[in-house]
Amino acid sequence: MATMEELKLRVRELENELIKCKQKQCAAEDAQNQELHRPKINKMSAEVVDSNPYSRLMALKRMGIVEDYEKIRTFTVAVVGVGGVGSVTAEMLTRCGIGKLLLFDYDKVELANMNRLFFQPHQAGLSKVEAAEHTLRNINPDVTFETHNYNITTMENFTHFMDRISHGGLEEGKPVDLVLSCVDNFEARMAINTACNELGQIWMESGVSENAVSGHIQLIIPGETACFACAPPLVVAANIDEKTLKREGVCAASLPTTMGVVAGLLVQNVLKYLLQFGTVSYYLGYNAMQDFFPSMAMKANPQCNDRYCRRQQEEYKKKEAERPKVEVVQEEEEVVVHEDNEWGIEVVSEVTDAELQAASGTAPDLPEGITVAYTIPAETAASGETVEETEQSLEELMAQMRKL
Amino acid sequence: MADDATRRAVSQIPLLKTHAGPRDRSLWPLRLKEEYQALIKFVEQNKEADNDWFRLESNADGTRWTGTCWFIHDLLRYEFRLEFDVPVTYPDTAPEVAVPELDGKTAKMYRGGKICLTEHFAPLWARNAPRFGLAHLMALGLGPWLAVEVPDLISKGLVVHKEGQRETAE
Repeated sequence: MATMEELKLRVRELENELIKCKQKQCAAEDAQNQELHRPKINKMSAEVVDSNPYSRLMALKRMGIVEDYEKIRTFTVAVVGVGGVGSVTAEMLTRCGIGKLLLFDYDKVELANMNRLFFQPHQAGLSKVEAAEHTLRNINPDVTFETHNYNITTMENFTHFMDRISHGGLEEGKPVDLVLSCVDNFEARMAINTACNELGQIWMESGVSENAVSGHIQLIIPGETACFACAPPLVVAANIDEKTLKREGVCAASLPTTMGVVAGLLVQNVLKYLLQFGTVSYYLGYNAMQDFFPSMAMKANPQCNDRYCRRQQEEYKKKEAERPKVEVVQEEEEVVVHEDNEWGIEVVSEVTDAELQAASGTAPDLPEGITVAYTIPAETAASGETVEETEQSLEELMAQMRKL
Repeated sequence: MADDATRRAVSQIPLLKTHAGPRDRSLWPLRLKEEYQALIKFVEQNKEADNDWFRLESNADGTRWTGTCWFIHDLLRYEFRLEFDVPVTYPDTAPEVAVPELDGKTAKMYRGGKICLTEHFAPLWARNAPRFGLAHLMALGLGPWLAVEVPDLISKGLVVHKEGQRETAE
């Protein structure tokens, strides 16, 4: 009998083989359609001719914006969530000539997605990752793709997800260079956060509000900048009176514009981070109602709930202490001081005033236009009865529940 | 926020003590026991208050839960299957409860039949983590959702009473 570990290993081997087979098959299909599709390009050329898909990107070097554009082909980026933001993000990176893309999503393409970019009606019913891979491979066959059609928040998938983040680089076995969160829910963001804190993996979070008129991107360097669990979710104040916002009968609204803008901001930050040009944003908000873009940086919270975040903070402190203090460049914190409060830093009221007073905590000090989705009171003493000690075993309790 | 009846019901559910998710091999069994204790207590309370409305059970490792919930409307009982996975980030984030057979019938739902909770739920859960458990999820999440959605679905004819389901007059 093979042990569990051996079987797991075997499954992984087979999965990797399958990925390779899929890639080969797709490559073969591409070869068949060579009339329609261009062949792979081994080396990015800067030659300005109609037939060179990279000429305008390589021009960034000549103009002195990017020092070494070809380096983009060495990078691997994982995109988690291939919806309104993730699909456009993946397309931008594909067109930029990224080395490898890993796509994660458990969802299928639906006609209800057609108000957003990228997917087409004839793809309805296909898994998002499969449909995306097909389109993206046609756009740029030089990119390596790896797709996973599952929900990352469940136990077994999460383990596999962590494994691909830490071993799914362009060179198999190496970690990916960057993880991008393009998911639409809190659970998945927290799952990515958990994985990245444990692995020390740098990632960027993105989001669009449920009312479709604000969004944000955020760079998270475990141990250094605030992780997703360090504070309640940061949101851009939309400056809409909550009382006038009608939520009846709908879950979420979406606009191709806001999602396109957020995907653009996200990939711009990715390019700046990977290719080292310009200033990389730590947190950049987008308020579509007023066309306002608040930005800020936030340090990790020493009292963060995530113990791996706290561990990464310790590591970071150690590293910082060891680093010789040659140059102290004071350019990071650009504290924006504003006279007025036009966009209103405020905590969104979700309960009665009395309840709010009793239940809310202090909001962190945030620049104008950025707020927290909610606050958590400082005193956490349990009020109310807790479960009693029991002699019963889990099986007994399960049986008792079934008998009810 | 929830109405007084829900509030009272929630205040009677015992709070949980162990801060552990399904990835925590040593502490998760303890948490799972507490989950069952709180759920048993809650169901017993509901029965006493003549408001029994759901049953839940899990797989052996407590990561996948299935069950039924029912709603009485005009003396007829409407029963639905429910299911959810416990996410790796539990109990810091709540599971997403799904009622698959209502998928596509109401806008207050995400794909796969995951119910769309009000904007009050996430802050409430976050403020009470890790002391809130699955019983609280039922009381504050699924319960109020059914109370709003089911009568609406019935009035629109999207949910019809099935023969063979138990009548309330038992």
